[in-house]
Amino acid sequence: MLQRKIPLFIVFLMGFLMTVQFYIPHPVSQTLYKYVLDWMNGVASMAIVLAVGSLIMHHWRRLKKPEFALYSAVTLVSLFFMAILGFFFGIREGSLFQKMFENVQIPLQATMFSLLAFYMASAAYRAFRARNLEATLLLLSAFILMIGIIPLGYYIHPRISDFALWILNVPNLAAKRGIMIGVGLGMMATSLKIILGIERNWLGG
Amino acid sequence: MHLAADPWVWVAAILTLFIFTFLYKDNPLYKFAEHLLVGVSAGYYLAIYWHNGVKPNIIDHLGQGQLIYLIPLILGLMFFTIFIPKTSYMIRWPIAFLLGAGSGLSIPATFQANIAEQIKGTMLQPLSFYYSNAALINAIILFVGVLTVLTYFFFSKEHKGALYTTARIGIIFLMIGFGASFGYTVMARVSLLIGRLQFLLGNWLGIIPSW
Amino acid sequence: MKIIRILSTLDRRIIFLLVGLGILIPLLKPLGIPENITPPVRDVYQFIDTLPPGSAILLSVDYDASVLPEVHPMFLSILRHAMLRKVKVIGIALNPAGVGLGVQAFDRISKEFGKKYGEDYVYLGFKPNMAATMLGLGEEIHKVFPTDYYGIPLDSLPMMKEIHSYRDIALVISFSGANIPALWVSYAYSRYGQKVAAGVTAVMAADYYPFLQTGQFIGMLGGMKGAAEYEDLVNRLLQKKGYRKPMPFAIKGMDSITVVHLLIILFIILGNLGYFLQKKEVK
Repeated sequence: MLQRKIPLFIVFLMGFLMTVQFYIPHPVSQTLYKYVLDWMNGVASMAIVLAVGSLIMHHWRRLKKPEFALYSAVTLVSLFFMAILGFFFGIREGSLFQKMFENVQIPLQATMFSLLAFYMASAAYRAFRARNLEATLLLLSAFILMIGIIPLGYYIHPRISDFALWILNVPNLAAKRGIMIGVGLGMMATSLKIILGIERNWLGG
Repeated sequence: MHLAADPWVWVAAILTLFIFTFLYKDNPLYKFAEHLLVGVSAGYYLAIYWHNGVKPNIIDHLGQGQLIYLIPLILGLMFFTIFIPKTSYMIRWPIAFLLGAGSGLSIPATFQANIAEQIKGTMLQPLSFYYSNAALINAIILFVGVLTVLTYFFFSKEHKGALYTTARIGIIFLMIGFGASFGYTVMARVSLLIGRLQFLLGNWLGIIPSW
Repeated sequence: MKIIRILSTLDRRIIFLLVGLGILIPLLKPLGIPENITPPVRDVYQFIDTLPPGSAILLSVDYDASVLPEVHPMFLSILRHAMLRKVKVIGIALNPAGVGLGVQAFDRISKEFGKKYGEDYVYLGFKPNMAATMLGLGEEIHKVFPTDYYGIPLDSLPMMKEIHSYRDIALVISFSGANIPALWVSYAYSRYGQKVAAGVTAVMAADYYPFLQTGQFIGMLGGMKGAAEYEDLVNRLLQKKGYRKPMPFAIKGMDSITVVHLLIILFIILGNLGYFLQKKEVK
């Protein structure tokens, strides 16, 4: 009862009320709507304990394994250090918290993703083959885009740039719109299945 | 060449180089940087979620005597039950609240944005043909494209006969679309590397103007 | 034939090196190819440029450092443009890892133009639930953000006394490397009719053209190219108004992108030549 029925009832009730309030803008439904919006941010804020809590537990366990201990210690120490800075010494510009963000978090995260440039080039070189009609079309479209969106393409001939924009605005748009409509229908169906209790994977084991 | 005098720039530059060592192969410097990023980010989230979420949207209200905020507080506290095996099932309640409300809110919004407006934009509107022949041709290509792509994603019937031909045309549109995305993706990935090299050459080494 | 075979089987480290050099050399010796301005970027620029002074726009930091070189220059340029045009700016963040980028950008650009916090701009910080935040802003901003990023009550900020919902905001611009701009369309545009524009990474740009055609986006900046175009427009305006031109980050980057694009096209052609040669030999 407590384990499955109440959560399923909450999901149904909230889903039903939030769908209905869109179509029936009665003062009562509007008041409820505003409260729910307000609470959603409050509740979601506390969900961070889930993520950080499991991260801490994971690294805490790894401290006992000599091959990982040092690295996990780095994670745990930096986590608590950053959190203490943020909680007790302020988060505004010029604070140590913001300095750590700007000079540790930003460069690390940005550089990690910048490695993709190398791998993307090497993958394009190895795997991008005009094996059949579909692959050839993909390749041609990519070529025109790569030339057409850089200023050089425009200065070689403005028509190249126009052609790239045409691809984006017509055939690409048609493809992406088809996908968008499909995804939209899928999202609506999934939402409805969750509300009606047909989709229950979120309940876990 | 004017090397940066700010020690923080040096910290950022050294950490940047640590990550770049991965290009050679996985190594302890990279692993250290990776674990540091995870720790610093998690600590950052904790502080931000507290200052910008829990405190203003729950605690401050309760401090002002608005007891109705006990509802989100209690729901939020249920997230902590995950760490107590006996009561861990209670974590489903706040998830149910967020998931139910989120699903309910998303149904009309998705319908409007992803479906109704998109269908409207695809309809052949006689007025738009008035402008030029090119507009008419483009509108027809768009119309055919959207219909054939949707047909390609229609799996309830086997793609045979007319359905096969239509779906094949859909694939052509999809491939052009994916090609366009790939063309753009190259730019995206290269940009990220440019950013780091600009930092190293500019802000750190002072060879080029810093950003 | 032998040359083609060698060129089509290069070691990946050589590819890495060539890509690295392709970026590095234009940074050291810029090519200086001027920008051409595309319609989606011009639309955003013109919208902000024709806003009456004193109107307000909302910039949402929906990105983080993983896409910084693409999206951050857009954010800085649009912020410069708005501040130059005396448009009030409200900053919020829906990506927890990007909150500090907003702090940094507002701090930097407000100093360039001598703008005052609370009167010319505010930074409201982060909220975790995107749908609830986007919808809540249509009802009452002060309820979604009782305090700003720094913990100052919104009611005590002079600028926010007259701004309560989307009715008081001319444009929302979402800067993102994910699908958050689409959510702005779903929740802010569809429900409240709020005008929305987007500054997105190149990876996302092609996906958003359907929103441009329907007018769900009034305009869009896509990738470093979009950033460079806006940077160019704003830098020209700054120069006209007698301000010092800031370092054009994205414009410079476009030189490297030009070289690497040509390199990648070459790699793909070489790879394919090798592939067809091999196929012929097998036959």
